[in-house]
Amino acid sequence: MCDCCSEQKDIYLPEMATITKRRMLNGTELFMHLEMDSGKELEHAPGQFVELSIAGLGEAPISISSSPTQKGIELVVRNVGSLTRAIHKLEVGQKIGVRGPFGSLYPIEQAKGKDLVFICGGIGLVPQRSFIRYVLDNRKDYGKVTVLVGTKCYDMRLFREELALWSERRDMTLMETIDEAHDCWNGNVGVVTTLIPKVESDLPKSVVLVCGPPVMYKFVLMALAEAEVPADSIYVNLERRMKCGVGKCGHCQINGLYVCQDGPVFRWSDLALVPEAI
Amino acid sequence: MSVSKLSKEQFGQFVDAMLAADRKVIGVVAKDDRFQFDELQSASALRLDYDVTILPPKKYVLPQIEPLLQFEVGGGAQSVMNYEPMILLGVHPYDLVAIRQMDELFSQGEYDKHYMDRRKQITIIACDIARPSKNIFASSMETAVVSDGYDILITDIGDAYLLDVATEKGHALMSYAKALAPAAAADIEKRQAIQEANRTGLNKHKLACKPSYLPKLMEKAYNHPVWLEKARLCFSCGSCNQVCPTCYCFDVQDQVNWDLKTGQRVRCWDGCLLENFATVAGDHNFRKDRASRFRHRLYRKAKYVPEKIGGQIACVGCGRCITACVADIANPVTIYNRLMEEQNLG
Repeated sequence: MCDCCSEQKDIYLPEMATITKRRMLNGTELFMHLEMDSGKELEHAPGQFVELSIAGLGEAPISISSSPTQKGIELVVRNVGSLTRAIHKLEVGQKIGVRGPFGSLYPIEQAKGKDLVFICGGIGLVPQRSFIRYVLDNRKDYGKVTVLVGTKCYDMRLFREELALWSERRDMTLMETIDEAHDCWNGNVGVVTTLIPKVESDLPKSVVLVCGPPVMYKFVLMALAEAEVPADSIYVNLERRMKCGVGKCGHCQINGLYVCQDGPVFRWSDLALVPEAI
Repeated sequence: MSVSKLSKEQFGQFVDAMLAADRKVIGVVAKDDRFQFDELQSASALRLDYDVTILPPKKYVLPQIEPLLQFEVGGGAQSVMNYEPMILLGVHPYDLVAIRQMDELFSQGEYDKHYMDRRKQITIIACDIARPSKNIFASSMETAVVSDGYDILITDIGDAYLLDVATEKGHALMSYAKALAPAAAADIEKRQAIQEANRTGLNKHKLACKPSYLPKLMEKAYNHPVWLEKARLCFSCGSCNQVCPTCYCFDVQDQVNWDLKTGQRVRCWDGCLLENFATVAGDHNFRKDRASRFRHRLYRKAKYVPEKIGGQIACVGCGRCITACVADIANPVTIYNRLMEEQNLG
């Protein structure tokens, strides 16, 4: 956009979108598919987020879970506050405000030809899914694909049908674990780091992508250091309070970096001198 | 463009002429035994001999609460963009430097049309400092005197004011001035003497290094004990943020009107010292400790913001945080000097 056009645009004004699909993924996570009322695509890249809003209740940053190779955008919203509670009550056909897309992208180009290992903790699967689906839609561009998914308990597992499909694919490996044992679960039990030694790709030569709750990063990064994965092959997707999304309001700062613009996807080696990162 | 001269009486008439023409003039007026920027009713209330205002003039370029959008609850929204012309009269050089920094921050990258449209409507009449406040250290921060960034700069030379008109906007206001005379060489000399005295003399707290050294100083200061020592006494009240002319962090909130059908999305001042500034959904607070919030403010001033605006330090030496801090821990000079001292020892 040229200067004179960008000076005409109100960066805080949401565009309206319509909910075209919705379903609960578990007790607290709502999956939604949106289409912009303008008829245009958002043209996001994997890793980016939007600011989702309902007038009167406010705005919140939400990761985009779909790949730009799909039509519309898919989001997952956890019911945690007054805005997200109201979003959970919206039906198919109802409208919602969208600003964005904002933020940095997964290393779509840099990762080409390399083995990819996705490490997802809980709701961290949601943003990772944007890049996983992008990779599956451009499968020949990338090496082996391994997806590790750790969930706190059986009932909170996300995208169960999709994980079942992924586990049957021959061109990728899915490994899942839950933190607490459950009668209906025959798979791995333990935190997501317990899956790292089972990865068949040559880890030091792979690109590793990490997203999960704040507490997870330290342990995953320690395990990756032990597996001798260089810091410049690790990408972390960090969460902060991205209030404005445009690098002004200051809420999402990690030391001198703005998660809404410099992130949310960071190369781990770029965070060496950023002590607030994890 | 040129330096003119008005007697003090004529200057009062100039201000009253702007008011008579329905120009909105925000000037410095007394508030009990202190001063504030407020809408001026008459030139007689104007106090250009003020030392410092309680709040900086940022409240007119980035108001405490500012509507961004108006909306129907649950429906669509429209931008709110009607900003009226305004004259800011009596802005001290340090506050002008702060406003210029904000101009850069809100126009770089994603262009903030709300801020910039409002700002374009504002004419700034700056004024050289006539009386130092008790905590000023503008000389240390090299912000005690300015040579650009204003529309008009006025200097009190005793019996008259000199007016340095620098822009078209400033020039347009001069039509309200009667009996405008060009400044004589002797007047210009008086002005220079005042500015030279201010350049070094407004320094109640002396920074032990050049401000340009601060980003480098902070590189090794992250784990220094001073953060914990000072923050132990911090009430997390955010006063230092609120009175700071360079603090611009904001929150965005939806306010619903009494009809419960319409409302506004507003931005309002926020402060990184407040406990929940970095809290996300699920109540995880990324800057939970007072010390980490306390350190963040000083790093923003000396390192993070300078990195975004070509090295200019985001502390202008007004001293308001020192005066406002209940626990008496906010003085940036004390902290930077301590870091200097111990860095030199090491």
